[in-house]
Amino acid sequence: MRQWIIAAALLPVLGGVALAQETVKIGYIDPLSGGGASVGEVGFKTFQFLADELNAKGGILGKKVEIVPLDNKTNPQESLIQAQKAIDAGVRYITQGNGSSVAGALTDFVAKYNERNPGKEVLYFNYAAVDPVLTNAKCSFWHFRWDANSDIKMEALTNYMKSASAIKKLYLINQDYSFGESVRSAAKTMLKAKRPDIQIVGDELHPLLKITDFAPYVAKIKASGADSVITGNWGQDFALLLKASADAGLKVNWYTYYAGGTGGPTAIKQANLNHQVFQIAEGIPNLGNPAADTFEKALRAKYDFSLFYPRVVNEMRMFAAAAEKAKSLDPVKVAAALEGMEFDVYDGGKGTMRKDDHQFFQPMYIASFGDRTEKEPFDEEKTGWGWRLAAKIEPEQTMLPTTCKMERPN
Amino acid sequence: MLELIVISTLNGVLFGMLLFLMASGLTVIFSMLGVLNFAHASFYMLGAFFGFQLSRWFGFWPALLVAPLLAGGLGAAVERFGLRQVHKNGHVAELLFTFGLAFVIEELVQIIWGKSPVDFRIPSVLDFPAFTIFSTNYPAYKMFMLLVSIAIFVGLLLVLKKSRVGLIVQAALTHPHMVGHLGHNVGRIFMLVFGVGTALAAVAGVIAGPALVTQSNMAALLGPILFVVVVVGGLGSLPGAFIGSLLIGLVQTFAVSMNGSLEGAFGPLSPTYAQSWLADIWSVTIAQIAPIMPYMLLVLILIFRPMGLLGTRET
Repeated sequence: MRQWIIAAALLPVLGGVALAQETVKIGYIDPLSGGGASVGEVGFKTFQFLADELNAKGGILGKKVEIVPLDNKTNPQESLIQAQKAIDAGVRYITQGNGSSVAGALTDFVAKYNERNPGKEVLYFNYAAVDPVLTNAKCSFWHFRWDANSDIKMEALTNYMKSASAIKKLYLINQDYSFGESVRSAAKTMLKAKRPDIQIVGDELHPLLKITDFAPYVAKIKASGADSVITGNWGQDFALLLKASADAGLKVNWYTYYAGGTGGPTAIKQANLNHQVFQIAEGIPNLGNPAADTFEKALRAKYDFSLFYPRVVNEMRMFAAAAEKAKSLDPVKVAAALEGMEFDVYDGGKGTMRKDDHQFFQPMYIASFGDRTEKEPFDEEKTGWGWRLAAKIEPEQTMLPTTCKMERPN
Repeated sequence: MLELIVISTLNGVLFGMLLFLMASGLTVIFSMLGVLNFAHASFYMLGAFFGFQLSRWFGFWPALLVAPLLAGGLGAAVERFGLRQVHKNGHVAELLFTFGLAFVIEELVQIIWGKSPVDFRIPSVLDFPAFTIFSTNYPAYKMFMLLVSIAIFVGLLLVLKKSRVGLIVQAALTHPHMVGHLGHNVGRIFMLVFGVGTALAAVAGVIAGPALVTQSNMAALLGPILFVVVVVGGLGSLPGAFIGSLLIGLVQTFAVSMNGSLEGAFGPLSPTYAQSWLADIWSVTIAQIAPIMPYMLLVLILIFRPMGLLGTRET
């Protein structure tokens, strides 16, 4: 009896060792509990869906791709513990997206780890943390970013707002950490240059993912007389902000980064803001790209959400392409292959991983959310409303200079 | 400006009343059992999740009634079979017991309902704007929350002041040992008070669940504020808990709506300091420090009036 128990206990351990040699493990370090869980879970399933897609084609260099979920509770310290745990379990590639505070800690951690453990290097694929500093002052050879950074997004958004003469009074509301800070300062400097006539009537920073009732903030926006709001809020911080606006009957135009996240579309519909909420992203459903439409349909058939992360598709497919180009899964060789790599992105067109700072440049789209025409087949969160293209920004127009001085391993 | 004041007052009072539903139970339990129940906010969370589950099966209204009863029953059981056994080993053991219980409940909730928020909706009967002040709508559900908490407050007051049970409870607040000596079944009173206290927290959970977010970290988000309320109001004092709740509710809501900073009051910092760490402190607004205001209040109260605003006992 006793032997049986020991054998049963050992079985998964032995199995794990045997499997480790045949799989490419990607450590997914993001919130799976707490205020960020709703977006973290969608991200995890998206990665899994893409791993399945790669595995169906025989994996990467014949090895199966496995996504290892690690809950970091949107907390930088916790993330480092999880990263160490992942590395101990044989992970050589980690990916993270939610929270630039987390990303800052992780990129430092990975750089230090790689310095101390030559031959066991780890790569960090960032799919959504958009603080510009990560590809500027704090850039690292081990970090690659597939999402456009906050300054790029703001540049595109303000170019669009430049021609919207209806904007007179603007309110800024953002999360109180490095990312929110960069959104507000970029918005202020860029608008000052492009639309000096716009009056900024409010500039708010609120705690990250801790607020469950935005009513006091909405009352303040209302009292300021703003006609438009810029927010970089994501996850629950966006959905609840819009929910509170719907309750209070606040009618303004919203210029956002992440309106399409979980709960966002439902709240917009509830607030009845028909094509009054704009989002800047690297892709949306309803662009009419046949390959993307097929993917979108397959994803929706499997899960009850739509594709919020075209950048994850780019990341995973490009990772496979880079490994095949390098003919190796050694992180250093994969990193070298990724540098400067051109790639056909998910929603059509070409993207480049800039060698100087490891920032990916790709076509960007500004879209509004509201009722649909026949040419827009996809709705969101069963609201009946969907995304409509407002403007496309070519990669060349988003190429902001970088201050990065990349240090490469010898 | 007037609009902002009216709306903020409403929001503040509402948040304050929700806090009171929880703080009242916590403070009464403390007076009687001498135990600061760290798991109190967990019963608030249990209330929300029970409410969510029951409203799925039977609709919102039965859930509003049954969920607090369930949570209260669970609370009573915790007192009867948990706390009372631990009591022999002294207060520290009791404190640690409730501390551990909070973690156990959180893990259980995560196992049963998952870590991400559940879809707990406002009942459609109450999903409309109650009234419009100036141009801002005030949701009917929030008025409903306010009315329920006021009704419970009044009910609690009547029971405590007018009924025989209330008399004993009140006596036990100030002279817990004397009540025992007079021959009352103190054990049963303790169980009852613990059950009612946790049920009140659960009521707060059921009504707050749809308006705020029902997820497994909601206890951890609200727990610390709850302790601020009872300490500021005075440990063991019901009127104190009431005043403390409203005070914290209003302070938090109004702080959010204020933009004042040292920079605004005294003008920009002289250029010699503009690049130093002083600049951050100088330009931070009251709205930005709103979340830590209650804790600042807590520290000030502990320094200048350790027994709390209406507390009588030095603890």
